[in-house]
Amino acid sequence: MSDSVIKVENVSKQYRLGQVGTGTISHDINRWWHTIRGKENPYLKIGESNDRSVKGSSDYVWSLKDINFEVKRGEVLGIIGRNGAGKSTLLKILSRVTQPTTGNIKVRGRIAALLEVGTGFHPELSGRENVFLNGAILGMSKAEIKSKFDEIIDFSGVERYVDTPVKRYSSGMYVRLAFAVAAHLEPEILIIDEVLAVGDAEFQKKCLGKMKDVSGQGRTVLFVSHNLEAISNLCDTGILLQNGMMDISGNIEYCLKKYITSSRNANLAGISLKDRLKRTNGNVLFEEIKGIKNGNETWDFNYDDEIIVYFKTTAQKETDGLSFYMALKHPFSGEIISNIKTIITENKIRAGESLCFEITIPQRTVRPGQYGLYYVLGNKEGKIYYDVIDTNVNIPMLNINPSSIDMDENSGFLSMPFKMKKNA
Amino acid sequence: MNQLKMEEKEKNAEAWDLVIQSRSSFFDLNLKDLWKYRDLIMLFVRRDFVATYKQTILGPLWHFIQPVFTTIMFLFVFGKIANIPTDGIPPVLFYMSGITLWNYFSSCLNGASNTFLSNAGIFGKVYFPRLVSPISIVISNIIRFGIQFLLLILVMLWYVIFKGLDLQLSWTWLLIIPLLIVMAGMGLGLGIIISSMTTKYRDMSVLIGFAVQLLIYATPVAYPLSFLAGKSYKWLVNINPLSPLMEAFRFALFHKGTFSAGSLIYSISFMLISFFVGLLMFNKVERTFMDTV
Repeated sequence: MSDSVIKVENVSKQYRLGQVGTGTISHDINRWWHTIRGKENPYLKIGESNDRSVKGSSDYVWSLKDINFEVKRGEVLGIIGRNGAGKSTLLKILSRVTQPTTGNIKVRGRIAALLEVGTGFHPELSGRENVFLNGAILGMSKAEIKSKFDEIIDFSGVERYVDTPVKRYSSGMYVRLAFAVAAHLEPEILIIDEVLAVGDAEFQKKCLGKMKDVSGQGRTVLFVSHNLEAISNLCDTGILLQNGMMDISGNIEYCLKKYITSSRNANLAGISLKDRLKRTNGNVLFEEIKGIKNGNETWDFNYDDEIIVYFKTTAQKETDGLSFYMALKHPFSGEIISNIKTIITENKIRAGESLCFEITIPQRTVRPGQYGLYYVLGNKEGKIYYDVIDTNVNIPMLNINPSSIDMDENSGFLSMPFKMKKNA
Repeated sequence: MNQLKMEEKEKNAEAWDLVIQSRSSFFDLNLKDLWKYRDLIMLFVRRDFVATYKQTILGPLWHFIQPVFTTIMFLFVFGKIANIPTDGIPPVLFYMSGITLWNYFSSCLNGASNTFLSNAGIFGKVYFPRLVSPISIVISNIIRFGIQFLLLILVMLWYVIFKGLDLQLSWTWLLIIPLLIVMAGMGLGLGIIISSMTTKYRDMSVLIGFAVQLLIYATPVAYPLSFLAGKSYKWLVNINPLSPLMEAFRFALFHKGTFSAGSLIYSISFMLISFFVGLLMFNKVERTFMDTV
């Protein structure tokens, strides 16, 4: 394809676990011995896929294994995956910070990587000096920086402090200045790793806007973030990495959906006991939460189904009254779409006593789509939390499938109750 | 015609600006890239120089303090206590000239040998030719050398005016420039060899710290080479490639020094070899050092 600007072919990266240094000299000598005889590196054969939670037997691990993809000019590619999936390793290889163990990457055009904001900022130097230094580190020439200097300062909004050492800056100002430099790089390919996690809301918005501009100008952007909303807003295509391997690639919505479901495929009864938030007092705990459709356990509903969620709670201590709160959350941003609050009992509950109840959401209330759920048990007034189960942990998403081909039902989150009166 | 266009297009499709490979040739030095980043080298030089003296009152004057005190120290230890002659050069000038040149070498070596360890933070986040760092160190040390050399000249002038020292500006002063280049090449070459070795095994950086301190005694800094004539351990100083440079430096300034064309060629070849070996090793290590440092 003539319009692809990045072509990644069979890229793998192996790391050695544990302490590097002690005991490596024997490996080095062995490796060298193999090399001079023209043989393959003996340590490339061993190594396991990278699942950080499972204890492996080998000292070597594949952080990335056989990655293949292509990026076209002007494409905005989102790279998603859980912690340790290999996202940052991939970016490091793309930005030439480190070399792949096998495979190669072909690139057309200038790459600028933003793996960190403000790389090389020197605390003693003034803002002005640091703009030049940082710009040069990112690959701009002095003349280029000079011509954009005013723009950079303008974008950062720290004009007043331009001749003050950056060690006197607030952390927000520091980041603003640093991002401003990066934003005015004009590479054909921009690689960004999670830098939007900093700065205030206004500045984040500005950054996202800038990134949209960049992609609008026909430049290519590779973007890694855990902010799924930002990813779904910015990117057209995506790659989902799992344990160093490519899970899927393609349309970003598809990747995000897969990512969300894959990270929440566990059964709630077991999980809820492990992953609950610690800020609660634990007087009454959820023991079982399940979605029920026509008498069967599921989290997959149709728009025409009545949604029943069944709860079993057990009191750990004697408690005076119990209230329940449940919220429907946006799957990417986590914003609450709607919530329910009800008192289950005003009476005393003995320690060890179990209460079961069901919440029924009428059919055709929640529009098709995926939702996170959030459950809270509290005292009567709902002021003290006994137990909270958040969508951050591995609980299933509520999935509502469209029941008809009516496209309009796919937009929005809730069906608003309304009345209509016809005036003759 | 159309076919030609198609072919051209296909050719373009295969023309990549950059290929990141798992294995690359040992001799693929990428010096073109280095040239592209020349602005960065100068900015690093500026940073090193400016940042050191922010929030100090004396600023760059601090560069004077170290050679002055070391000279006083040497005057006592080597001049008064050990009574080592100074080749007929006034002791103050003898020591100060030695120290000035020695300082240049040792700070180049120390700076360059810490390239990877002290820049790991930056190197881990962004790509630029790693050689930019050690080269900028060598250059910023030239500025430092310049300042200390200025002090040396002031002291020399004082000797000429008030002590009637007979010194004339002559062509030999021009020798200083190539001498400095050889010094710089050696400091840089050895420094990057060491820095390439320290990424994986830190032992080297510990060793180098005091090896450089000891090396000053195997170099004619505090004594002239002529003093060793006829001594059995003279070879030790003779195999030190820094010795001819030190002597030639004094010859350039004071017309006194023991060196030959052969010994200078020895130094220059040593510099060239260490420089190229360093370049190759550095080039090999810089690609993956992030994984081990």
